[in-house]
Amino acid sequence: MTDTPARPRPTSPHLTIYRMTWTMVMSIVHRITGSALYFGTLLLVWWLVAAASGAKYFDTANAFFGSWFGQFILLGYTWALIHHMLGGIRHFIWDTGRGYGPERQALARMTLVGSVSITILLWALALVLRS
Amino acid sequence: MRTPLSRIRGLGAAHHGTEHFWLQRLTAAANVFLLVVLIGIVVTLVGRSHATVLATLSKPLVSVLLVAAVISVAIHMRLGMQIIIEDYVHSEFRKVVLLMLNTFFAWGIGLCSIYAVLMISFGT
Repeated sequence: MTDTPARPRPTSPHLTIYRMTWTMVMSIVHRITGSALYFGTLLLVWWLVAAASGAKYFDTANAFFGSWFGQFILLGYTWALIHHMLGGIRHFIWDTGRGYGPERQALARMTLVGSVSITILLWALALVLRS
Repeated sequence: MRTPLSRIRGLGAAHHGTEHFWLQRLTAAANVFLLVVLIGIVVTLVGRSHATVLATLSKPLVSVLLVAAVISVAIHMRLGMQIIIEDYVHSEFRKVVLLMLNTFFAWGIGLCSIYAVLMISFGT
C-alpha cells in the first residue's frame, strides 16, 4: 500500500465551465477594478507631488492628463472608482444579511448601470464647470 | 467562557481573526465619504491653473480631508491586494515577498501623498 502512485490533487472546477451570470461578473469586476485603483493611486500621487513641486512640474502632469491617452486613463479610473464604490455599498447591504434573494440580479445590474451613469454625469459636470 | 469573539480571535490565514475584515469595512465606509469629497474637489479643479489648485488644496479643511482620504485609501488597498495575493499566489516564498512589496507600495503611496499635501498646505 505504501507504493501507491502519487495522484495529482483534485482541483476545483475552473471559471470556464460556469455559465456567466451578472452576480459572478460583478464579483470579478469588483476585484479587477480594485486592482486597477490600486495602481491608479500612482496618478493621484503624481498629481499631488507635481502640484507641490511647482508650476513647471504641474504643467507637465496636466499635459499628460489633458492628452487623449491621459483622458482615456482618467475616464477608466473614474469608472473603476465609482464601480468599486457601488460594489462596496452592495457588500455593505450583504453584511446586514439582506440582498441574497432574487434581488441579487437587480443589485448587480444596478451597480453597472449606476457606475456608468455617474461616470458620465461627473465628466459632464467637469466639462460644464471648466467652461 | 468561550465567547464567539474569543473563538475567532487569531484565526484565519494570517492569524489575525476578523481584524482584516473589520478594517476593510471601516476604511470602505470612510472611503465612500472621503472619496466623494475628493471627487468633488477634483471636478472643480479640472483645467484650473497651478495657483488656483494650490489655493484650494492648501485650505485647512481640504488638506485634512485629503490626508484622511489618503490614509484610508492606503490601508484599504493594502488589505484588498493582500487578499488577492493570498488567493492566487501559492508559493510561500513568493507570497511573502509580494505581501512585503504590497505593504511597501501602500506606505509609499500614503507617505508621498501626505508629504505633498503638507508641502502645499504649509506653502512649500
